[in-house]
Amino acid sequence: MSGIATVWSYRDAFLAGLGNTAALVGLALVLSLPLAALAAVLLVEASAPVRRLGREVVDLFRCVPFLLLAYVIYYGLPEIGLRLGAWWAGLVALVLYNGAYFTEILRAAALSLPREAVEAGRAYGFSRAQLYGRIVLPLVALDAGPVIGNQIVVMIKDTALLMVITVQELSFVANFVNARAFAPFAPFATALLLYWVLCLVAEAGVGLIARERRRRYG
Amino acid sequence: MTFDDVLTLLAAASITLGLSVAGIALGLPIGLGLALLRSARLPVLDQAIAALVSLVRAAPIVTLALFVFFVLPEAGLELAPIPAAVVTLTLNTAAFDCEIFRAGLAAFPRDQLEAASAYGLRPATRFRRIVLPQLWRASLGPLVSEMTIVLKGTPAVAVIGVVEITRAAGRIGAQTYEPLPPFLAATVLYTALIAVLVRGQRFAEARIARRYGYAVS
Repeated sequence: MSGIATVWSYRDAFLAGLGNTAALVGLALVLSLPLAALAAVLLVEASAPVRRLGREVVDLFRCVPFLLLAYVIYYGLPEIGLRLGAWWAGLVALVLYNGAYFTEILRAAALSLPREAVEAGRAYGFSRAQLYGRIVLPLVALDAGPVIGNQIVVMIKDTALLMVITVQELSFVANFVNARAFAPFAPFATALLLYWVLCLVAEAGVGLIARERRRRYG
Repeated sequence: MTFDDVLTLLAAASITLGLSVAGIALGLPIGLGLALLRSARLPVLDQAIAALVSLVRAAPIVTLALFVFFVLPEAGLELAPIPAAVVTLTLNTAAFDCEIFRAGLAAFPRDQLEAASAYGLRPATRFRRIVLPQLWRASLGPLVSEMTIVLKGTPAVAVIGVVEITRAAGRIGAQTYEPLPPFLAATVLYTALIAVLVRGQRFAEARIARRYGYAVS
């Protein structure tokens, strides 16, 4: 019981940590999804050498552990004269890392689109921008919804690693409270539960997309 | 970065590799067992496993590591950092393996099961001779993806004091005041380790395709 009291007395810290985690995930999503959509279009449309280079870059990001990428960005950017705080370095790492995964997800979904829809659009004289904006991207968004949802769950969990570069997110707070109060169970259990809630929210979002898809295409 | 630092990183790479191999080797049978238990649809136990798997899958490895390292001692199970790290990785990967195997089991053709029963195979024999060989071939792709995720998850256990590649690189960076070279070297090491896994998967897939005439993607 005393554990619950401890967590309750640090509720502001926990809420701030949860807010930080949610803000990082939200902002990283808003930035990385459009970037990934752009990169995916490039990877389908560009000339062969550019495509190959792009694929190598995407694969490289997918081979590197997220924490290491965060370290390289946190310590590497000052070397090229860009001094970012831990929070912003963490955000950049999240955007680049997940952007690579989203690119791959969107590219795969675009390649498995039914040809008819695209050809019909072309036959109606759609310009390339219209083709992507009105036909390809909406279909891809609906098709890739569940996979993107999975990646968002991965993303939520990756933010926990940012505690190592001193971003004050949820795990950082739990560890801090544990160190202050010498009561490990309640703070970590609270953090795990809050992560679970965040993941359930993400899954509910995926459920909405799936329902929309069923409503439109049965 | 001196030659000694490179040796330190290589030694740390063996820790990373050892942790991953131990976690994967323990997690695979546990995940398979959980999936089989769930496919038996026992009341209560089924929901309990589903809730546990959902919770563990939603838990970041860092948080899980801190939980195992700090909370299990309260329950009387004191673990040194390395065993705690193995327990963490095993728990994490077992939950994901469980879902992979469960998907494979759910997609298993029913007629084959019925044919096996009709031939009088006992459930254990049926599983060993009919289900398992096909299950592992179908699950190979997702399982290898999961293994690369375990490898990439190992830096998270550095928080409980295990000196693996990332932590070793951090230490070298702190000593030399030049963090970037060791971190870039660490990146090369991880990429090499993961590339070996993915190559192995492609090789196994090619052999399966040759022997059984269908490609498992």
